Amino acid sequence: MSLQTPEKQSPNTQQIENALTQQLDLLPRRDAVLRMSEVRAAEVADQPVSDDDDQTMMMNMGPAHPSTHGVLRLMLELDGETVVRSKPVVGYLHTGMEKTAETLTYLQGPTNVTRMDYASPLFNELVFSLAVEDLIGIEIPPRAVWIRMMMTELNRIASHLLFMATNGMDLGAVSMMIYGWREREQVLRFFQKVTGLRMNHNYIRPGGVAADLPDGWEQDVIDLLDMLPPRLEEYDILMTGQPIWRDRLQGVGVLTQAEAQALSTTGPLLRSTGISWDLRKDMPYLAYDDVDFDVIVGSYGDSFDRYAIRLNEIRESMRIVRQCVEKMPVGDYKAQDKKVTPPPRTRIDESMEALIHHFKIFTEGYKVPEGETYIGIESPRGELGCYIVSDGSAKPYRMHIRGPSFVNLQVMPHMMANGLIADAVVVISSVDPVLGEVDR
Amino acid sequence: MGDPYLSDGVDLGDVLLAAGKAVFAFTVLLVAVMLMVWFERKVVSRLQNRIGPNIAGPFGLFQTLADGIKLFFKEDVIPTKADRFVFQLAPYLSLIPAFLTFTIVPLAGDFSPGGSEGRVVIFGRETFMQVADVPVGILLFLAMSSLAVYGVMLAGWASGSKYPLLGSVRASAQAISYEAALGLSLASVLLLSGSLSTNAIVQVQAGEGFLGVVPNWNVIVSGFVPFIVFLIAGTAELNRPPFDFVEAEQEIVGGYHTEYSSIRFSLFFLAEFMNVVTLSAIMVTLFFGGPAGPAFGLLPGWVWGFIWFFSKLIVFLFLFVWFRAALPRLRYDQLMDLGWKVLIPLSLVWLLILAGIRLAQPDENGVSLLQVSDNPTINTAYFLGAALSVFALGALLLMVASKNARDDRLKSMGLKAVAIESAEVN
Repeated sequence: MSLQTPEKQSPNTQQIENALTQQLDLLPRRDAVLRMSEVRAAEVADQPVSDDDDQTMMMNMGPAHPSTHGVLRLMLELDGETVVRSKPVVGYLHTGMEKTAETLTYLQGPTNVTRMDYASPLFNELVFSLAVEDLIGIEIPPRAVWIRMMMTELNRIASHLLFMATNGMDLGAVSMMIYGWREREQVLRFFQKVTGLRMNHNYIRPGGVAADLPDGWEQDVIDLLDMLPPRLEEYDILMTGQPIWRDRLQGVGVLTQAEAQALSTTGPLLRSTGISWDLRKDMPYLAYDDVDFDVIVGSYGDSFDRYAIRLNEIRESMRIVRQCVEKMPVGDYKAQDKKVTPPPRTRIDESMEALIHHFKIFTEGYKVPEGETYIGIESPRGELGCYIVSDGSAKPYRMHIRGPSFVNLQVMPHMMANGLIADAVVVISSVDPVLGEVDR
Repeated sequence: MGDPYLSDGVDLGDVLLAAGKAVFAFTVLLVAVMLMVWFERKVVSRLQNRIGPNIAGPFGLFQTLADGIKLFFKEDVIPTKADRFVFQLAPYLSLIPAFLTFTIVPLAGDFSPGGSEGRVVIFGRETFMQVADVPVGILLFLAMSSLAVYGVMLAGWASGSKYPLLGSVRASAQAISYEAALGLSLASVLLLSGSLSTNAIVQVQAGEGFLGVVPNWNVIVSGFVPFIVFLIAGTAELNRPPFDFVEAEQEIVGGYHTEYSSIRFSLFFLAEFMNVVTLSAIMVTLFFGGPAGPAFGLLPGWVWGFIWFFSKLIVFLFLFVWFRAALPRLRYDQLMDLGWKVLIPLSLVWLLILAGIRLAQPDENGVSLLQVSDNPTINTAYFLGAALSVFALGALLLMVASKNARDDRLKSMGLKAVAIESAEVN
């Protein structure tokens, strides 16, 4: 027996190795990932300069660097200005939000998750609410569904406008930063009117949305949609057709389909390689079946494709929002399920039971049946997933967010390989990570 | 040639006059720099839907002064790893060349037909309205522009820090890619003017041009190409967008001046803005006739020269601000490509064409140095054709060369291989 075991295992090991090599072959540039401990990196950095031509330089980019989008840190191994190997280091914005979620009731949950991807907060609230609703098994009224869809699409526009701004800034087109913010500001102004806040709205909650749309919202949205197209054409003039812009982006940070799939990238990064994968089309949620829109797909997988995809996704989102305005159903904006929905303010003055009900919901929260669920939605950065395990109490036993920014970060070394530092900046910018979501 | 007040020996009055002119020019430059910083911030703000400085003084005019005072009182930090002497010296290496170049610029003077050829009388001495009319004027400009790179390079090297080091390496890489083009584009101008002295160059341009209506400016006479090459190379020399690699904030966090603070930091900025004003002034002098322009009476002729000079100057200052607001930054290897593969060959061939035309044209005696045909027009056309065919051949070779280089580079980056592999996988 003891002799047979190794013989029996050896083909297995061989098979595993073969499978592994096959998988690794999908990543031809895997040597570009810097696998070096902090201690070793510090040793290498302190080496005296030698006349050796092969000597490389270790450099830290971030966490306090103007173009690492917050507090991303990159360890770069440089040969001159060429990036030989690199390693993204995360954790500088870690605030333990997933752990915090275990101490908050399901009603308080959206307040917590909305702070993760702060450039598209409504998506975090949406995915959390969808997961909780899935566990409880309640239906939400159609108006709430369409409000959620309209608001998240507007949020997608705001998020992509922010990308336009930061991408321009990272390439030295500083005016673009202001223009992108200017347009985003208009969207945020509408959010403020609806939710009371410009970001971290806590607007989408399990059971529906926090408040109905304010009077005159149609006109506000139509104004917004009429304001944007000429501005986007200005972007085309300022950037898309600009030869320097094209030189800086085209062929830079190329990602292949195999690499993108092997590293489980999603969102514009994946679509830039030519794979049409958009959860709104492929696994529809909310009412995306009822609206007409296109999935924008690139063909080269370079930074220019990712820029163009995001620019055109703004246009597609505008189409969806316009359809939302046309088709917005009337009715309740939250589920009339006494279990999850607090009673309206006027009822509290009239009824003792309503007061008690209100008090219980906001102190104890509501109990969610035992079970676990995973819901994925298409955020501006890719697949945003929420995994919740419930033990039957009023608080999640475990809540995990699959942040697209975090998963997308791992393609960076592959895309930066053999580029210059200026290209590395373009790569970071075109991955468009939000560090709040990476570190959580 | 040369300044007339120096032609008959030097006495104490001449020395005082020279010193007075230097002080005056320095003041003009400093005030111009102060206004330039304000102008740039104001114009960029307007282009970006902002208001810009508007608190300090009327229209925020004293903002630069306020910033200067603030920087002056900040702590001057020198990093422990820095080479102290070089670190302290570098800002001055940037600042002094910036000022010295300004001394050769004719600021005013009556260059109108029938005017005084730029001479004015100060304290009974006849002189030009420039600090010095050096016989090697343009060479001085080239020398100073090369020297100024040392300030940037040494600052980055002496900081003892990695980002500034990258900035200084970029500075030297950048310098070798634009300086040759800068010099070659100037050679065309010198060919037309026949002199290195700035005053003489302005006087040539003050002459009557085509049909008596078009000004005789070098930008037109030399056929625009040298001017465009000079403008691009000059922007690179100024380290201004879209060529601001040495301080690219988004890439190398401020580059050579990352470790500088307090007054040394502001000296770099002073030098940078001085360079903008100086280079614009040089461009106006070399290509747009400097202070040359018609005088309309009312005011003394040299005041008209002053007005013309500054009107032309402001156009270029605006142009540089506009570049900054509108253009993304190039990558520094793209500037090297642009310099070596486009600007240098272009200016070389253009020089050849201009030289060919000049040789083919008959001189006062009706004899041209290169004679193929007796008809001067056919003679010129012959050489023009020859030069253009050289131009076409060169352009063709260059296109082939750069395409090959591009393919090689892509291959070396493994991009082609990766692309093919991915096609096979799917």
